[in-house]
Amino acid sequence: MNIIAKRSASWVGGCVWYLERRALQESPRRFLHLLRNVNQQWVTFQHFNFLRHMYVTQLNRSFNQQIKPKPEPVPSPFLEKASLDEAKTEIYKMRPLSPASLSLSRKPNEKESIELEPTPVIEGSIAVGTETKEEKQWKEMKLRVDDLPGILARLSKIKLTALVVSTTSAGFALAPAPFDWPCFLLTFVGTGLASCAANSINQFFEVPFDSNMNRTKNRPLVRGQISPLLAVSFAACCAVPGVALLTWGVNPLTGALGLFNIFLYTCCYTPLKRISIANTWVGAVVGAIPPLMGWTAATGSLDAGAFLLGGILYSWQFPHFNALSWGLREDYSRGGYCMMSVTHPDLCRRVALRHCLALVAMSAAAPALDVTTWTFPVIALPINLYISYLGFRFYRDADRKSSRKLFFCSLWHLPLFLLLMLTCKRPAAQGDAGGPQS
Amino acid sequence: MAALRPRRRALLRLCRAFSSGGCQLAPERGGERRDAAPSRVSRFCPPRKSCHDWIGPPDKYSNLRPVHFYIPENESPLEQKLRELRQETQDWNQQFWANQNLTFLKEKEKFIDSRLKAKGLELRAESGQKATLNAEEMADFYKQFLSKNFQKHMYYNRNVSEAGCSVTTASPDQ
Repeated sequence: MNIIAKRSASWVGGCVWYLERRALQESPRRFLHLLRNVNQQWVTFQHFNFLRHMYVTQLNRSFNQQIKPKPEPVPSPFLEKASLDEAKTEIYKMRPLSPASLSLSRKPNEKESIELEPTPVIEGSIAVGTETKEEKQWKEMKLRVDDLPGILARLSKIKLTALVVSTTSAGFALAPAPFDWPCFLLTFVGTGLASCAANSINQFFEVPFDSNMNRTKNRPLVRGQISPLLAVSFAACCAVPGVALLTWGVNPLTGALGLFNIFLYTCCYTPLKRISIANTWVGAVVGAIPPLMGWTAATGSLDAGAFLLGGILYSWQFPHFNALSWGLREDYSRGGYCMMSVTHPDLCRRVALRHCLALVAMSAAAPALDVTTWTFPVIALPINLYISYLGFRFYRDADRKSSRKLFFCSLWHLPLFLLLMLTCKRPAAQGDAGGPQS
Repeated sequence: MAALRPRRRALLRLCRAFSSGGCQLAPERGGERRDAAPSRVSRFCPPRKSCHDWIGPPDKYSNLRPVHFYIPENESPLEQKLRELRQETQDWNQQFWANQNLTFLKEKEKFIDSRLKAKGLELRAESGQKATLNAEEMADFYKQFLSKNFQKHMYYNRNVSEAGCSVTTASPDQ
């Protein structure tokens, strides 16, 4: 008897140890929180409950007894009106109770509050294991300083910002002025900060929409990794120094362009996305302004070369974005976004092709405007013809394959195009001192 | 007119309350409530010692992550008002999106069914797999859905912007 008792005890102890280890691996924070609790009695009860839940899930896993997954939210095509009405009445019944249950949850006796919360009938019987799994997915909304750099990088869309800053740098480098490193660095940093600010504000405005699209559902605000106040504060802390740096460190024209671009992106493009397909053209202007800023930073003025560069970036946006949006039509439709790919598919493909051809034309205009030598349109011809070919295929085939090919081509086409422009930059004429810097 | 100091204190408390939670926007009173959208009431209760909000997994219907708001012991009326506003907003958003997504799925099924019938095909192939239409065939549906629901989306967008303003400018005097 003693041996049996000892063996049972050691078996139980082993189980507890195993469960504790699993708990620690899978939800260390929650587990440590339990351990740190001062009230020993409460810890013991909670600890036991927690382990009991773990035991149930482990048992189910080890015996391959998968808890029947909750039914998909897709109702059967022939959903009866009756069940919908039932759902309606459930909602109305639940509503008056929810404030009460909220205040009840403050009481120390959690069990009581759980019992008093109404269980919707439509959910059916919820297995304990599923409930625990759902509970484990709840995260405390506490800012973790270690994660902050990664969170802010995602909030500011750092990769997109890097691309924006590189187009600004290209504008600066292509401008007919001696390359001034301090000015370049100020422009670089200022534009980067302005872009971070604009992207953060955009994410702040679009949380419910981002939650509903696959491409954007893991953004920091959607996941609650950062509070909205902190996101907006971060945006302000980027926008103010960024614009100030551009205005007083570089020149007022560049600062004004930066500020205008933030406004255009956050207050025009973002709301327009859900109102009209014109948003794509506005967005293309937003993309065209950074190289303009680079040019004005170097020369202090907007001239034909600046507008050519802006025009190149403007045209590039169309094959890039229209091709991307072709694969996102379902998400756009469900999210209420007005995009050409959904509402005017023929126009979408026509515009993409049109602007691929415009890129060819603008390559030829570059030497005519003294931005580059005549070598440039010649050596850029192969890549320009290739993207135009892909644009034509997209126009003709109108399928996912051709849209993806065009999109991925646009990703390498732009940097290569700008690089070729740089290598063929028109050398400065003798006695050309370059424009005023500020 | 309230004195400056209490206003500042109230504003700081407001900021603290706003900072610890999710970005939720208040509804217009008597808005979309009549829409029947299954809304799961989560049985989650945070640990007693926690003094932060908790955010859950995405809701199956709305894809929005519910926030369980922390209620401090010494919550002021203003903080309570803000919290209730945020809770209402969250519920409103939840209902809208759950309804939106369910409607979308239902109408998509209807559309697929009608197109397959028009083609003379069965809903399920011989292998038992559900027959689907390709992306180009579905494009008609996406366009239809978007234009049909345009007014509804406009209404939502307007309210969401107004709500954003009311949450951020919740007056300390009331």
